[in-house]
Amino acid sequence: MTRPLVRPPRKNPILRTRLPTLPPGTRSRVALGLTAAAARGRFELQVCRDCGTVQYPPREACRACLSSRLDWRAQDGKGELVSETTLRHSHELFFRERMPWRLGLVKLDSGPLVVAHLHGDCGTPPARVRVRAHLDRAGQAALVALPDKDTPHMADDRELRELTCDPKFRKVLVTDAKTALGQALVEALVDAGADLVWAGEAEPWKKPPGFERIKALPQVAIVPLDLTDSRAVKQLAGEIGGRVDILINTADHHRNFGIAARDGVETARAEMDVNYFGLLRLAQEFAPAMRARGADGQSSAVAWVNVLSVFALSNFPPHGTYSASKAAALSLAQCLRAELAPAGVRVVNVFPGPIDDEWNQTLPPPKIAPARLAADIVAALRGGAEDVYPGDIAQDWLERWRDNPKALERELAAMPYA
Amino acid sequence: MTRPRTGYDDIVVACPTTVPYVRYSIRGAHWFLAAALGALIKRAGLGKDQLDGLCVSSFTLAPDTAVGLTQHLGLTLRWLDHIPMGGACGVVALRRAARAVQSGDADMVACIAGDTNHTHSFRLNLATFSQFARDAVYPYGSGGANASFAFLTAYYVRTYGATREDFGKLCIAQRANALQFPHALMKKPLTLDEYLKGRLIADPLRLYDCVMPCAGAEAFLVLRRVTAEQLGLPYARILATIERHNAFPDDPVQYRGGWALDREELYAQAGVGPKDIDVLAAYDDYPVITLMQIEDLGFCSKGEGPDFVRRESFTADGSFPLNTSGGQLSVGQAGTAGGFLGLVEIVRQVTQKPLGAPVNNARLGLASGFGMINYDRGLCSGAAILAAGQ
Repeated sequence: MTRPLVRPPRKNPILRTRLPTLPPGTRSRVALGLTAAAARGRFELQVCRDCGTVQYPPREACRACLSSRLDWRAQDGKGELVSETTLRHSHELFFRERMPWRLGLVKLDSGPLVVAHLHGDCGTPPARVRVRAHLDRAGQAALVALPDKDTPHMADDRELRELTCDPKFRKVLVTDAKTALGQALVEALVDAGADLVWAGEAEPWKKPPGFERIKALPQVAIVPLDLTDSRAVKQLAGEIGGRVDILINTADHHRNFGIAARDGVETARAEMDVNYFGLLRLAQEFAPAMRARGADGQSSAVAWVNVLSVFALSNFPPHGTYSASKAAALSLAQCLRAELAPAGVRVVNVFPGPIDDEWNQTLPPPKIAPARLAADIVAALRGGAEDVYPGDIAQDWLERWRDNPKALERELAAMPYA
Repeated sequence: MTRPRTGYDDIVVACPTTVPYVRYSIRGAHWFLAAALGALIKRAGLGKDQLDGLCVSSFTLAPDTAVGLTQHLGLTLRWLDHIPMGGACGVVALRRAARAVQSGDADMVACIAGDTNHTHSFRLNLATFSQFARDAVYPYGSGGANASFAFLTAYYVRTYGATREDFGKLCIAQRANALQFPHALMKKPLTLDEYLKGRLIADPLRLYDCVMPCAGAEAFLVLRRVTAEQLGLPYARILATIERHNAFPDDPVQYRGGWALDREELYAQAGVGPKDIDVLAAYDDYPVITLMQIEDLGFCSKGEGPDFVRRESFTADGSFPLNTSGGQLSVGQAGTAGGFLGLVEIVRQVTQKPLGAPVNNARLGLASGFGMINYDRGLCSGAAILAAGQ
C-alpha cells in the first residue's frame, strides 16, 4: 500500500536547490502519436485499419500485414503484469537521482507487450494492471501501470507523482480568485491538499458573494495582482515567485462583440491587455523562478495552467475579439511551454466551452459550471495531460475541429445567437 | 520443403586473434579494428594486400562503416560485409565469409569485431541503440540491457525455479576459467558468498550477473583448407551453422531463442548430437541467457536448466566445459567483440591452442551467439559447430 505523503519540512536555505534534469525526451516522429494522445489524457495505440492488429512500439507499418493504414485508437489499457524489476542503477541523471525505480512488462489484453513505469501498489507478477499514458517531465508520453483497482493514497506513489502535478502539499497561485471560477478553484485546491493558495485580487473594492468565506480559509492568502500592471506583477513575483509550485492563470477579460457591433479598439485592447499581455507579464516575472525549481524536492515547481477558451481554436464571431485574444494567448502559451520544458514544468492549457457566468448569459445551455471547471482543472493536475477540454461543449467543438476545422468555421459563423 | 543445405566442405577458420581488453580507452574503434587486423595477418604470415575479403562488426565505428575502414586501413578488397548483429555477429560473419570463400567470391576473408569504450560511449550507445529502444525502453528508467535482462531473469526464475545459487555456479565456474585466460579483465576468484552479496543492479540481477563494458577486439580468418595448409596454419573445420532473427515474436516474455527453432537442422548438418560436443561457448552477457542456450541447443530440455546446472560442472576440466576463456562475464564485453569471443575460444580449443584453461582432447566445439535487444528481447541468434582440423 502506498504510504501517504507527509508534509515536507521547511526548505533548508543553506542547501543548494537541486537543478532540474529530465528523462530522455527524444522520440521518433511516429512515436509522437502516443504523445499527441497523452497530451489530451488518452492512451491510444496504433490499430491497423486493414487487419485490426493493435501494435506497440509505434511503427511505420502494420507488423502483421504491412499495411501503412494505421489509426491511433483509444485503449482501455487492461493487461497482465508478466515481469517486473526494480532498477538500482541508471545511465541517466533524472532516474539516477530517483532510484530505486520500479518497472513492469505488461501484456495488454489487446495484444502488445509494453514496458511501463510500475506503481508501487501493483502486485507481483502475474497480476492484473491498468496501463495509462501520462506525459512525463520531458513532456513525452510515458506508460504507467496502475493496480487493477484504486488503492488508498495511490496518487502519493513516488513514481506516479513524477508523472503528475498533484497539488497536494504544493503552493499554488490563482491569479484572479474573485470570479466564480477563481473562488471554486481556490476551494478545490484546498480540498486537494494544497499547502498554500495565494488568491489574487485585482480590484480590492469588489466584494463578490462567497469571497469572505474563501478569505477565511487557513490555507488561503489574499495577494494583490492586477495583470495589466507590470509593476504590480513584478512586485508580487519578487515576494512569492520563488515559492510558487503551480500557477493557475484565471484572469480573464470577456466582452461580447464582433467587429461591426462596436466602434474603436478599446474593448479589444482591454481583452488583449488581460488575456494576452497579462499572460506575457506573468510569464516574464514568474516563469524564471519556476524554471529553476523544477526538481526542488517532493513539492517542486510542476505546472503552469492557462484557462483559455475553446474559442481559441476557432473564432466565435459573436465573441470575436475575445476569441482573438484567447487565440493569441494560446500561441504565447506554446512559447511558454517550450521555455519551461527544460525544467520539466508542465504548461497545461484548459479550453472550456462557455462558462455559466454573466458574460455568457445569452448563450443557451449546456454551459460549464465554474465548480465543475475547477474540479476538472484539479483533475488535470492529478493526471498526465497538458491540453484539457472540459465539459460537453468543449468536447463537441474539439471533435468538430479535429474532424474538419473548415466545417467548424462555417458552423460557428452560422450560429444564430450572440 | 526446405532443400538440403550445402555443407562447408574444405572451408576452415584459423588465426583466432584477441586484442587485449581495457576497461576504458581514449582510442577510436578504428584503432582496435586495425590492431585486430594487424595481429591477424601477422599470425597468418600474410601481407594485407593478400586479403581480398573483410567482414566488420562494430557499434562505435560511426560515422564509418566497413566501407570507410577500407580506406582508413588502406585495403583494396573484392568482398566486403558489415554485420550489425551484436552478440550474433561472430557466427553470422563466419557463415557469410564461409560462403564467399566457398563460392570463390573471395579467397581469404578476415572477420574482425571490435569497439572502443570511452567513459561516456556506453551511455550514448544505449540511448540511440534502436528506434524502439529510444521510443519505448530507454525513457523508462534508462537502465539499458540490465533492465531488459532483469525482466527475462525474473520471468525465468518464476517459471522454472532457478535460484541465485544456480546462476552463481555458472558465474563462479567462468571466473575460475578466466583466472587462466591472460586477456580476462577479472583477475580475482569469485566466491558464492561474494556473488550472492553483489550489490543489486536491477532486481533480481546483482553486480556479478552483469557484463562489464570495455574496449577490445577479436578476429579470425576464413579460408580454404588447402590455403591454410599451405600457410601452415592450425585450423578448425566448419560442420554446421544456423542463424535466426526475431524468433517466437508472440512469446510474452523471451524464455527461448531462435536455437529452439533451428537446432535440429544444426545437428543434422553437422552429423553429431549435443552429447558429442566437447566444449560450449554460450553468449553470456547475463547468466540467464546461458541457461536458455543450454536448453534451446538441446543439452537439456526446456525448464531443466536449473537441474542441469546443479548436476554438471562448468570449468574447463569439468563435466560440461563452458565459456572456457571466462566468457564475457569474466573477460569483459568489448562491444561487438563479445559476439566473437566464444567463437574465437572454440577455434582455440579445437585446434588445441588454448590461451588459458585447456579442455582435454576437445574435438568438437559449439559457439552460440545472441544479440540485439531491439525492444524487449534479443532478436538475433546463431550457432556454429566447429571440429578439429583433419
